[in-house]
Amino acid sequence: MIAVLVETDSTGASLVTLEALTFARSLAERSGLGPVHALVVGPVDEPLLAQLADQGVALVHQALDERLTAYAAAAWAAALAQVVLEVAAAAVLAAGTPLGNEVLAHLATRLDVAMAANVLAVEEVRPLMVTRQVVGGAALEEMRLEDGVAVFTLAGHACDPESVAEPTTPRVSPFSPTLVASDFRAQVARTEHGVADSSGALTKARVVVGAGRGAGGPGGFADLLELTELLGGALGVSRVVTSLGWRPHHEQVGQTGSQIAPELYIACGISGAIQHWAGCQNSKTVLAINTDADAPMVTRAHYAVIGDLHEIVPAINAEIRRRQTAS
Amino acid sequence: MANVLVCIKRVPDSSSELVLTDDGQSVDARHVGYTVSPHEECAVELAVQIAAATGGSATVLTLGPAEALEQLRDAIAVGCSAAVLIEADADRYGASDVADAIADLVQSHEAQGKPYDLVLLGNDAADTGDFQVGVRLGYALDRPVVTGMSTVELSADTFVARGDGLDGTRVFEVAAPAVVTIMEGGVTPRYPSIPGRMRAKRTAVETVTPIRKPTGSGRVRLKLPPVQPSSVQILGEGPTAAPAVVDLLMELGVLSR
Repeated sequence: MIAVLVETDSTGASLVTLEALTFARSLAERSGLGPVHALVVGPVDEPLLAQLADQGVALVHQALDERLTAYAAAAWAAALAQVVLEVAAAAVLAAGTPLGNEVLAHLATRLDVAMAANVLAVEEVRPLMVTRQVVGGAALEEMRLEDGVAVFTLAGHACDPESVAEPTTPRVSPFSPTLVASDFRAQVARTEHGVADSSGALTKARVVVGAGRGAGGPGGFADLLELTELLGGALGVSRVVTSLGWRPHHEQVGQTGSQIAPELYIACGISGAIQHWAGCQNSKTVLAINTDADAPMVTRAHYAVIGDLHEIVPAINAEIRRRQTAS
Repeated sequence: MANVLVCIKRVPDSSSELVLTDDGQSVDARHVGYTVSPHEECAVELAVQIAAATGGSATVLTLGPAEALEQLRDAIAVGCSAAVLIEADADRYGASDVADAIADLVQSHEAQGKPYDLVLLGNDAADTGDFQVGVRLGYALDRPVVTGMSTVELSADTFVARGDGLDGTRVFEVAAPAVVTIMEGGVTPRYPSIPGRMRAKRTAVETVTPIRKPTGSGRVRLKLPPVQPSSVQILGEGPTAAPAVVDLLMELGVLSR
């Protein structure tokens, strides 16, 4: 059995969880390690169950305990460990999100096995050997997971979520995990809503307008924000921009920021250091706007316009408005 | 008063092109510069701030080769008052080996009357990207552990840690002693001062060898991602390219008519 930790957001199972479920299913099919079970902490409503059915999940383990309402990684791992031992799971997967990496790190420690983070592919099944991203995606590592249970998280967008032809009718199996006081030593005490964090919108956006040093200063974003709005997208920035304090950290795309996978990434005035590329390499199409035709961002892009973003972006905005008015 | 231990790692500077050793086991040191990750620079800054605010101390630690003294001295230059080098070949150390080596050092210092109320680490090492040393250390020391935090402050006997969550800023309150891993974004690392640099030269670094043998990282080999030849299509130069850009936006279906 392969267990997948389910992370939910306002849409139900998060996109990266659906990717993990598809990845697990394809691993199950080629390895004979299947079937795929899901672990959900908290409520399982009909839409979520339908998503899990579409992913071919055989059984949903639902951890129920009122103490699990506020997130505590150790408690989630305790619940997951219970499932893993009970059904003798051969592998446990989660999306490589902060939560997925944290809970699986707890799980691997509890099971006294290795954990591989940011896996892209399973190369061999017995024993399991994976390829994963290291050095922010600048290099790949082949890593062997020799221990009993293979625990790993998936790099964002390692595969596209695909529904099964015939959805399953997964049984929901509620259980009360055995939890002890030490599982709650580190638990969310409260959530403060003072500063809006747009990183959720950034990682889900269909279009991301990126801005780098070429923006020139904290006042250099007006045209870029207008383009973002015209396209109904999100603004993402390079590490230089957040380090200089021009824009907040939660807008950062890169190894130490968000990993994005939009239909279109418009990278304006961004040279394209490895650190930044690590966060945007899964974009379906990349359009670079840069004064330097030899910048890595330009040579790696699908399309490019050479020149100053402060001249080009206003012209694009004007052209969009002109066509919108004309139609 | 809080005595803070902050753990850093000497890693290849990812802004330079990577070259691997012939056996594929590591990055070729002859061709890269070395640094610590932005997460760890912020962890060092927080350690120094907490030590100053509480009248405690900030000690910096690394596991790595003798060359990692450079990174330890950088941390002393920005305010750490003591440094420990666990001298070892980091490439042979898996995440649990590193956590065990740090735990052994913490316990050894504790036995010498130097306990740590807080251990800070980066959220993930910039090279191996394991995302788990902090968690494993929490278990090895039997202390609460929180990952991915932006700030930490001491309030009575409790560390209050804040980090970005999708629904707002998540606040954790953990009893001392604790382990917290840090992500970039909450504090701005300071630049070293001239007196700081002088102190960094003078300060003796405690060098120890690990008690246990490493079990290994499971690494079979490193490889570089396939190089994609550039296939960029230049749509034009300057503002006159705007119509071509908008044509592309419509073609991709990201702009409605």
